[in-house]
Amino acid sequence: MARRALLRFLGLGYLAVILVAPVSLVFWRAFEDGVGPAWDAVTTPAAKHAFMITIAITLIAVPANTIFGVTMAMAIVRRRFPGKGIVNALVDLPLALSPVVVGLAFLLLYGTGGWLADLPFDVVFAFPGMVLATIFISLPFVVREVVPVLREIGIEQEQAASTLGASSFQTFRRVTFPAIRWAVGYGVVLTTARALGEFGAVSVVSGRIAGKTETMTLHVQERFDGFDYVGAYAASVVLAVLAIATLLAMNFFRPKEGTR
Amino acid sequence: MGLATAYLSLIVLLPLAALVWYSAQDGRTGFWDAVTEPQSVAALKLTLVASAVVVLINAVMGTIVAWILVRDRFPGQGFVNTLIDLPFALPTIVAGLTLLALYGPQGPMGVDVAYTRTAIVLALLFVTLPFVIRTVQPVLLELDREMEEAAASLGAGPISIFRRIVFPNLLPAILSGIALAFARAVGEFGAVVLISGNLPFETEVAAVNIFGRIEGGDPVGAAAVSVVLLVISFGILLTIGAFRRWATRHDGA
Repeated sequence: MARRALLRFLGLGYLAVILVAPVSLVFWRAFEDGVGPAWDAVTTPAAKHAFMITIAITLIAVPANTIFGVTMAMAIVRRRFPGKGIVNALVDLPLALSPVVVGLAFLLLYGTGGWLADLPFDVVFAFPGMVLATIFISLPFVVREVVPVLREIGIEQEQAASTLGASSFQTFRRVTFPAIRWAVGYGVVLTTARALGEFGAVSVVSGRIAGKTETMTLHVQERFDGFDYVGAYAASVVLAVLAIATLLAMNFFRPKEGTR
Repeated sequence: MGLATAYLSLIVLLPLAALVWYSAQDGRTGFWDAVTEPQSVAALKLTLVASAVVVLINAVMGTIVAWILVRDRFPGQGFVNTLIDLPFALPTIVAGLTLLALYGPQGPMGVDVAYTRTAIVLALLFVTLPFVIRTVQPVLLELDREMEEAAASLGAGPISIFRRIVFPNLLPAILSGIALAFARAVGEFGAVVLISGNLPFETEVAAVNIFGRIEGGDPVGAAAVSVVLLVISFGILLTIGAFRRWATRHDGA
């Protein structure tokens, strides 16, 4: 019994020191001078603009990666094709790669002297580059959630549907999609969390032009570097609230043992 | 299918190809000079050592936390379980700021580790918290307790039960979790950049070193150090693949 109490104390104490204490303190710091200054800090034109940019990027990256993710998962599970191992590795790579490296890769590809530098619109230091970098960073999640579920459900039901005359689109809509929708939901939540919080890659490709290419996370750093701590903490609280909402959604969609 | 592959190539493969190609622009010596330049070597070394320390702590603490979440019963357990994913959902820059608020110069407890290597380890511990817990937890849930009961009835004590029965079963999961955490720690930027102070040779990690080179107008050097990180990432992914095959070696097919 003493051993159990010790383990509990160790585990929970560790979580308190590493996780709970720092996060609660940010809320405290943001509202130290009352709600007024914090509210003013997150309703400045720059903060509002940064918020809109973050939302806009997320609204493009998440649907793109969802459609790609489901398609890619179907291909990985249901088809044999040459280079499947490489495709698998490429899908996982964003999980293991530093965001700064990702940002640099886009900078070199689309920036001055890059292979795709002469596009008719700006990519680097502009909105398209930020979207591309965010898509890269948040790419694996839907694929990785959907693949194991597709493996599990097998192909008998789909074969039965098509023997009974269903088109491939009907089969997907009536048979496959209902089976994978929870996994897609969970993948979408993870993708959203990653896209909202992206910092390193966007920091490199955006050029961090305040009021123009600044996302919410970049805004936090910009405020902090400018010694506007209430501004930085208040913007952090907005992001933390979004993170907590994501957490609740994750809890809702998380695959539960034996209930699916 | 064709579209998905095209998307993958355009988003992932092409930028990385450009990165590798660019890193070799000054020839092999140019690449080698950038990578073996003392400041990059110091940054890479610090990154690898700090990440190694962090994953070792994670291996122990992550297993303990997974254990109390699965085998223990206490009030608020569901809440704690939800909380584990917070570092994943919270933007890294916010994580860095939160740690600086608590463990920085204005911290309420009088602990000030800002701009030291301890701060880097703390930041990396925060962002890598979920990995070992979330890989060990499902394995622990599935683990058949009859084995442990049999061992206990044969007179094994709790420590030898853990060492001889539970631990070997958890090991593949712990190793996968460690590998994921290591990959994350090696590349971490947002959580570290505010709290580490980024002093060259002292507290500058690899990702910050790359960022500094980009800002300082040395994209070729930045690309060279990036390629080193890229190779490390690929190596870790291959290792995780090997762990997975090892973990499922008895499952057949």
